[in-house]
Amino acid sequence: MSDLMKVSSNPHIRSRVTTSSIMLAVVIALLPAAGFGIYNFGLNALILILVTVATTVLTELIYEILMHKKVTIGDFSAVVTGLLLALNLPPSAPWWIGVVGGVFAILVVKMLFGGLGQNFMNPALGARCFLLISYTSIMCNFECDAYTGPTPLASLKAGESVNILDMVIGKTAGTIGETSMIAIVIGACFLILLGVIDLKVPGSYIVTFVIFIILFGGHGFDPAFISAHLAGGGLMLGAFFMATDYVTRPVTKRGQYLYGIILGLLTGIFRIFGPSAEGVSYAIILGNLLVPLIEKITMPKAFGKGGERA
Amino acid sequence: MKQNSVSERLVNGLIKENPTFVLMLGMCPTLAVTTSAINGMGMGLTTMVVLALSNMFISLLRKVIPDKVRIPAFIVIIASFVTVVELLLKAYIPFLYDALGLYIPLIVVNCIILGRAEAYASKNGVIPSLFDGIGMGLGFTLALTIIGAVRELLGAGEVFGYAVMPESYVPCSIFVLAPGAFFVLAVLTAIQNKVKLAGERKGKDMSKIGSGCNSDCMNCSEAGCSKRFYDENAKAEEPEETKEETVIEKEEEKND
Repeated sequence: MSDLMKVSSNPHIRSRVTTSSIMLAVVIALLPAAGFGIYNFGLNALILILVTVATTVLTELIYEILMHKKVTIGDFSAVVTGLLLALNLPPSAPWWIGVVGGVFAILVVKMLFGGLGQNFMNPALGARCFLLISYTSIMCNFECDAYTGPTPLASLKAGESVNILDMVIGKTAGTIGETSMIAIVIGACFLILLGVIDLKVPGSYIVTFVIFIILFGGHGFDPAFISAHLAGGGLMLGAFFMATDYVTRPVTKRGQYLYGIILGLLTGIFRIFGPSAEGVSYAIILGNLLVPLIEKITMPKAFGKGGERA
Repeated sequence: MKQNSVSERLVNGLIKENPTFVLMLGMCPTLAVTTSAINGMGMGLTTMVVLALSNMFISLLRKVIPDKVRIPAFIVIIASFVTVVELLLKAYIPFLYDALGLYIPLIVVNCIILGRAEAYASKNGVIPSLFDGIGMGLGFTLALTIIGAVRELLGAGEVFGYAVMPESYVPCSIFVLAPGAFFVLAVLTAIQNKVKLAGERKGKDMSKIGSGCNSDCMNCSEAGCSKRFYDENAKAEEPEETKEETVIEKEEEKND
């Protein structure tokens, strides 16, 4: 916030909620998923998480010093970006993937557009898609010491059966932070209880996705198939932690429902009709790009504006 | 340097009004074919040949072509040269012909060529027009080669097909794909602007490097400027009655 925006005089209600307290809450909420990822995949996952977070924070610090801007690494937003990005990397990726992705997320997606609050796209997801296009073979290689098979979603797409209990707990192949539905939901509940996020976007996202799967999934109303799709891939992580990003979701209430519905439809289309098994990242990024339009059509009318003239 | 001299035209095209980095013209081939340094250079040189020849011929015919049908006439001249160049490439440099593919016939609608024809060649003499085309073409070639080299270096670890990066380098393939073209062009343009702004801060007169003008459009003799807002033709067609009236008024004043 610039100094010009400071308002003085009059009694004003002050809230103790700050950017850094919200971001810190998100970091804490992501810890169960990160912890489970490290437990599940071992040392390389820990190294990747540390390298990525250090890169995002350092990139923001260096950029702001070089550009003579106020240093904002204290608000934890770079930590959130780094953590989310790391949780979206496959556990076998080399450390420099975290560095390249971290620099891209902060420098190109966030700082070049004006820093926190100005980025038009979720930095972590932007960087993930950049890496996915650039280093396809590394980013799609989910084989590691613990698991050698394909991800559950890939098996599901191939028509094989999957163990749903393992998927809910998280003992499957996948990116570091996406596998455990339980750990992610624990973190999400923490955020919902604190009031940091609400269920408007994730709720409409998941409900739309389930309806889409029932209609077009080819299995009808099959609870096993639906729960496998819900627990598999990055849907939970995306719905609760990335689609709810304050900067890149619509601000209007109706807009948030519409945004969730669009994300659910896109994810369904990508997963069922697309060539690859997963589509959450691209769905959320495309949704981010539509946000200005969504806000435009869902802007509430001011009292006295519009309608019939008396 | 004297206006419209040979060397002035070359420097103008290469640096002052570089079609890619300063004028931002011809973005379609710039973004599409610069996947490698050799492709960028091939595209640049092909365009340069067409640009120089079409500029020269349009300048030769500028008094014959009626003003109202000048655009179709320019297109006919440009398209003829593009066809000649396309057949020559197909015959003698087939690998480049295959690499550039559809973008060779598309040179016809390249806005640099039509832009120079409209803004410069149709108003200036044959020799300056020829060198204006060569200068602009060289500027285009330079820009495309640099963009191609950077993209090839990052996206494949090579420059002009020679491996430059150490073997442990994993190519970042987004740079040879379409998004990489936007990244590289944006960064190079940003560097160009940075150099310009740094010079301005030191008090140097950089106005000539930026747009090739001193922002004083009314008193500008540069006919090939895109910022020019007043039209000489419109002035010439000014109804003569008003002139006569002013003359009459002046005479009346004298009589008083």
